[in-house]
Amino acid sequence: MKPRAAVFKFASCDGCQLQFLNAQEELLKLAELADFVFFAEARSRALEGPYDIAFVEGSITTPEDARRILDVREESRYLVTIGACATAGGIQALRNWSDIGEYVRAVYPSPEFLSTLSTSTPVSEHVRVDFEVHGCPVDKEQLLAVVRSLLSGARPVLPGHSVCMECKRRGNVCVTVARGEPCLGPVTRTGCGALCPSFHRGCYGCFGPADDQNMQSFTQLLAAQGVTGADAVRRLRAINGYVKPWREAGDALDAETKQNHSR
Amino acid sequence: MPSMPRRNRTIRVDYLKRVEGEAALHIRLRDGEVAELRLEIFEPPRLFESFLRGRAATEAPDLTARICGICPVAYQMSSVHALERLFGVTADPSVRALRRLYYCGEWIESHALHIHMLAAPDFLGCDSVITLAGKDPKAVERGLRIRKAGNAIVSRLGGRSIHPVGACVGGFTRVPKRHELVDLREQLLHVRDDAAECIRWVSGFDLPAVSRDIEFVSLRHPDEYPMNEGRIVSSKGIDAAQQDFENLFEEHQVPWSTALHARVKGRGAYFVGPLARVNLNFDRLGPDVASAAHDTGIPWPNSNPWTSIVARALEILYAVEEALRIIDLYEAPAAPAVSFAPRAGSACAITEAPRGSLYHAYETDANGLIVSARIVPPTSQNQARIEADLRELVPSILQQTQAEATRACEVAIRNYDPCISCSTHFLRLKIEGQ
Repeated sequence: MKPRAAVFKFASCDGCQLQFLNAQEELLKLAELADFVFFAEARSRALEGPYDIAFVEGSITTPEDARRILDVREESRYLVTIGACATAGGIQALRNWSDIGEYVRAVYPSPEFLSTLSTSTPVSEHVRVDFEVHGCPVDKEQLLAVVRSLLSGARPVLPGHSVCMECKRRGNVCVTVARGEPCLGPVTRTGCGALCPSFHRGCYGCFGPADDQNMQSFTQLLAAQGVTGADAVRRLRAINGYVKPWREAGDALDAETKQNHSR
Repeated sequence: MPSMPRRNRTIRVDYLKRVEGEAALHIRLRDGEVAELRLEIFEPPRLFESFLRGRAATEAPDLTARICGICPVAYQMSSVHALERLFGVTADPSVRALRRLYYCGEWIESHALHIHMLAAPDFLGCDSVITLAGKDPKAVERGLRIRKAGNAIVSRLGGRSIHPVGACVGGFTRVPKRHELVDLREQLLHVRDDAAECIRWVSGFDLPAVSRDIEFVSLRHPDEYPMNEGRIVSSKGIDAAQQDFENLFEEHQVPWSTALHARVKGRGAYFVGPLARVNLNFDRLGPDVASAAHDTGIPWPNSNPWTSIVARALEILYAVEEALRIIDLYEAPAAPAVSFAPRAGSACAITEAPRGSLYHAYETDANGLIVSARIVPPTSQNQARIEADLRELVPSILQQTQAEATRACEVAIRNYDPCISCSTHFLRLKIEGQ
């Protein structure tokens, strides 16, 4: 019997699961290898679990989703989170530093109709996750590599080194050294193909923290480029800002900035 | 539920499939009349307009792109246009042309996705594109080729098709050299034939013939088919500057949806998207597309929401031809982007996302930090119109089984290619009796 795969969506933009559809020809081959029994974006017939592989896109932001993810875990042999929302809380985790009541009132005239949590959290804070695929969006090739590994019973391996290494390999001119442009490349996981530097701009951290990164040295580098205070905090607190190394560095900078202001 | 009395009944579709996002539909009938009809959007609120406050305005294109993985270019374009208006920036004419090319790419990939992967299975009795690929591989392959060409354009200008990285306030961070675009020509020339075939294919679907009282709204430009610029026009007489958007339309919240409902002040529901654009700008489509449109045998303009899929196919052909035209005339700009100084102010802009008009408004402080942001996506504008269509559909589904009724409602909703992630996800159908 073909393995049963499912794609689940939580709070997200649909972009990561769209990478399955972007795989196009590969998708049709994939369909020969695995039966996608639940994929709301792509098919209208949803089949019950259990599932061999569940791909989860999106972060947990509502009480209902906090319950639903438990069911998904229960029904799934492997649970793979895909994308910055599922692995890091996503851009919507910016609420984690704010007053959620005020946030909701700013958008909705009748906030009492809504049910939302005060935080946006990665799936791994709620259930055991077997493998994480990073990126905003995830890279199609990385996604397919993970699917192939899982279908052949191997543990997937994705690189954890920094964007800087990728830039060197590609022979990109360093945007920081050559143009003084602030760039998150030294502390960001590879996977995008060093896209932003290739487009003559600094990396803004779509793939989240690299496996090894020296945040202290990095914030010093930012400061040397004149990126300090709230500006530096904003750069760390973006799409992957809630992941531990960046969260801690951002919070430390924030505390420092506030202290300087009160002096 | 055969034992249930048909005249008093609840139809509930709990998870609407093959749309981008999550929603449910709840219909309650009393004596065969609709007592209550609610399109429930339960996409968790992501509160973009709140967390944008305090961010640098220059971050808006990258941040708002994350609202939607299907139409990130639209979010980038509405935000850069609003912010350029705010900061007094005029982009280079070549940059303007590149932005139009960028948008052509997104229209092509988004429309091809909707037609082949989301909508066509409905009309051909399949539950997914994978099933359809078994039945009509040629059509699916054609759709994939079209989509690939659209993605190729977006990737050429922005590095990747989902959340591309090149667009910025003032222009692009990097612009292509002429030969990098000329490379795309051959692919587009092939896809032009595919697009023409796609129009014939979809116009042969069994589309219900209905005519409804609909107010269509889109941009209109003095000499182009609208994408990045133009005035707001409607089929009921609106002709106004973009800045008048908030005077003309209002949003209100309904308890059953995390997307706000929009309406024309003093009138009600309206319709944005490909059919609205084709209806209001048919004379801007150019002779080839107009002739392909006439060959479908469908009258244009028309008030039949079911012809949306054909309008979408016409726009693919238009966008392919327009992309070719832009590439042929392209000269790289002197600089990829115009530099500017941030300042305090407020401004708005509307551009035509694949699914319809997308409104962004920003207010900034003297340091160029965002003080307030307002975003009105196309699906939220179409919500009230979708509910109106469903009300008209109900009498015809009363005798149907739950499965048939669900399918009929989903197909009607899919006419609007709703992108619920934008609004803030899609269908649970529940029809409830008293």
